[in-house]
Amino acid sequence: MEMIVASSVGILTAGGVYLLLRQRTFPVILGLALLSYAVNVFLFSSGRLAVGLPPVLNKYAETAYTDPLPQALVLTAIVISFGMTAVLVMIALGAYLESAEDGVNIDLKRPDIDDDEDEPTGPMSAP
Amino acid sequence: MNHWIIAPVILPALLAPLIAWLMRFDIVLARTFSVAGTIVLTAISIGLFIMAADGGVEAYRLGNWAPPFGIMLVLDRLSALMLLLTSVLALIVLIHVIATDWDKKGQHFHALFQFQLMGIYGAFLTGDAFNLFVFFEVLLIASYGLMLHGGGRVRLKAGLQYVVMNLAGSTLFLFALGTLYATTGTLNIADLAIKLRDIPLEDAALVRVAAMLLMIVFAIKAAIFPVQFWLVGTYANAPAPVAALFAIMTKVGAYSILRVYTISFGPDAAATGDMPGMWLFWGALVTTGIGAIGVLGSRRLMTMLSFSVIGSMGTLMLAVSAFTPESVVAALYYLLHSTFAAAALFLLADLVVTRRREGDVLRASPPIVQNGLFAVLFFAAAIGMAGMPPLSGFLGKLLVLETIRDMPFAMWGWAVVLIGSLLTIVGFVRAGSSLFWKSTATTEAPAEIASPAPKVPPHPADTLALAPVIVALAMLAMLSAFAHPVSGYLEDTAAQLFTPNGYLATIPETGEGVK
Repeated sequence: MEMIVASSVGILTAGGVYLLLRQRTFPVILGLALLSYAVNVFLFSSGRLAVGLPPVLNKYAETAYTDPLPQALVLTAIVISFGMTAVLVMIALGAYLESAEDGVNIDLKRPDIDDDEDEPTGPMSAP
Repeated sequence: MNHWIIAPVILPALLAPLIAWLMRFDIVLARTFSVAGTIVLTAISIGLFIMAADGGVEAYRLGNWAPPFGIMLVLDRLSALMLLLTSVLALIVLIHVIATDWDKKGQHFHALFQFQLMGIYGAFLTGDAFNLFVFFEVLLIASYGLMLHGGGRVRLKAGLQYVVMNLAGSTLFLFALGTLYATTGTLNIADLAIKLRDIPLEDAALVRVAAMLLMIVFAIKAAIFPVQFWLVGTYANAPAPVAALFAIMTKVGAYSILRVYTISFGPDAAATGDMPGMWLFWGALVTTGIGAIGVLGSRRLMTMLSFSVIGSMGTLMLAVSAFTPESVVAALYYLLHSTFAAAALFLLADLVVTRRREGDVLRASPPIVQNGLFAVLFFAAAIGMAGMPPLSGFLGKLLVLETIRDMPFAMWGWAVVLIGSLLTIVGFVRAGSSLFWKSTATTEAPAEIASPAPKVPPHPADTLALAPVIVALAMLAMLSAFAHPVSGYLEDTAAQLFTPNGYLATIPETGEGVK
């Protein structure tokens, strides 16, 4: 099981990073979603993987248990990443509707900068 | 337990929804409550500051769960100092926003402002690494709203980059926390310090990975090379008063590094040793250089100010990277200084840019109203930011240079800071002369295209609009005039960080945690 969980975290992260480095907003949003799935699985497994064990300590006997804290952490992380993705979608949509293209770069023409230079992007040409 | 400790988090958390729901159509009411709330927060911060000044470390256990099981807030000198700094800055920015009607350019400014304050206060107060993540998210999501306030396509594009960068940063933060929890079984900052002291050798590598991942996360917040790219686009395109408020946001990163790498991964933690300092030193060095070159190369005022913020963060982190009590004193003094210097510059830039025909593009344009007054204020603020004698920037840089003298590569630090200061001075001189001097001589034909900044018909700034800038500059003068008492307090603060007995005592001895 460790192998499955570890490789799923790895593959999700790799896919997420790849998509994050794309030029357009939609793949970037998907990439961030994949990354957040990866980190959720990772957080979930940070309390050790256990099957069929209660999430409580037994103070009368030394029994095995599964750590409940990572589950609480992962719940918080899911809620936050869900909200953040919603905000990101709205901002990306707003940026798309305002500028009629969905690139991530600020590669809009800045005609108000001096016209003698062929540098329309300002200092932020790279993300 | 002293319940005032949680008041800086609770008060804005209650006020913000009230403003958003009940006062959304009544700007006067929203302003009144926002200002009143911020004044009360300042009063509470002063109270907490006085309380922490006696040297005690107070923990606030939420739900009275015994640490390390529950979440706790911790008030020590460093937290109290940052709270007070935030409150004063917030008040200055809020007055400016109201005087210049920025809050009328979109909805919900005051609600977002209060949420932003809640996140910042929470990040400064929390004693739990996961809670730090949560408060980071609170302050970030409010900052997205504030950054996009007023709209516009360039601002939306820049905002998108800012959001993506920070979401990637949050993911890294969670990876770091997961690794840390897997190796130590705790995320409480004080408990981490105790657990990390006797971490088994085979886990040390994992702890190092977590420590350096966390370093990257905080470096994103503090805009340290190689993850400083987001700052210029964000600050230069954000509404100027919001950029002034964001002066404290980079300091949240600096604070987190100070907190986590003195208490949890302290110099006595064998797993990390002096590795964080070494990496931070080179990152900060490059950051200082980038800031200075950027100031010199910028063709817009807002871009230039953003680069000067990067440069100041580099200098600040250079001092932090030594991780000695003396260097922390220097870093904190420079932190106080650079916050007010950046705020003064951004607020002043807002007043100037809205009155110029050319907006914030650094080229000659007809003189604006009150040209002389603005020139004097810009001169003072630029002296502060560049670090020249009368104001506190000079003392701050002197302290920083003094404390890094014993580091292995101190010569590099000195060279970059000094040459960087020179470049910054040249950059500001050039900007000032094209903003205020060349303007009086120009006979150019009017430009065809208007700048994206909304045009306001030229009118002289009234006292209320000028007051925030002047107060921020007065803070620099006071930091300089009262350098001795201030550095005395900062020395106690640094001592508390490097002998964290009080901080660690917030974990009861019996609370051994889960095995």
